[in-house]
Amino acid sequence: MSNPTPRVRMPTTAKKGEVIEVKTLISHEMETGLRKDSSGKVVPRRIIKQFVAKFNGKEIMTADWHPAISANPYQAFFVRVPESGTFEFTWHDDNGSVYKSEHKVTAS
Amino acid sequence: MASKFGSQTRRDFIVTTGTAVATATVAPSVSLAKPDDVTAEIKKLYGDKPLAQGKIKLDLPTIAENGLVVPLNFEVESPMSDKDYVKSVHFWADGNPNPNIASFRFTPMSPKAAAQIRIRLAQTQNIVAVAEMSDGKLYTAKKEVKVTIGGCGG
Repeated sequence: MSNPTPRVRMPTTAKKGEVIEVKTLISHEMETGLRKDSSGKVVPRRIIKQFVAKFNGKEIMTADWHPAISANPYQAFFVRVPESGTFEFTWHDDNGSVYKSEHKVTAS
Repeated sequence: MASKFGSQTRRDFIVTTGTAVATATVAPSVSLAKPDDVTAEIKKLYGDKPLAQGKIKLDLPTIAENGLVVPLNFEVESPMSDKDYVKSVHFWADGNPNPNIASFRFTPMSPKAAAQIRIRLAQTQNIVAVAEMSDGKLYTAKKEVKVTIGGCGG
């Protein structure tokens, strides 16, 4: 599997206190652990089990994902911009890898 | 002609081996969850606490052509203030190999207890959501999705 690449779409400026929508996508096969390869061997489970959204280090939202989440998991949700700062999104892989994406937003 | 296969006729042979192959391909594919499994999961988390209807807006297609990618949108009605917010929202499917779909934990930092995800559904089944409020109250919603092509390697 190629290295999972997170992609995040959100504005870089917002009014103070404004609620904005964040759209995220990460390339990942989300292997369920139920599939078999051509030789009949079970392909081991490997999914992203958790997604965490933080603003200036404070947790906004956490999502626990199970194998029922589609491949290349898409997640859209809402955040508030109380002040200028950095949004940090992390995806936690079954194999211990953490994929991170940071976004600075300027509040006016 | 019939003597070639001894007492077993050609038709019998095809029928028996055919069935054997069919069971062989179906049987190893995992057993699917039942509605009881979802009830059991909810009980495990919340015991016998009452579940009220409402508050959760669950947006799922009535018919999903491809069970591999089914859009799920939800929003839970709440002021999302420090004192009154949605703590968590759990989703279960009663016909997937594993009843769990996803769980969301919100904080008063979240302006809305809402999200959009895409899920896999193995067959036509019900999606059950349970939201827990900061005061401990529970709300539930359920929606059936008809799946034309299953999405769990079936």
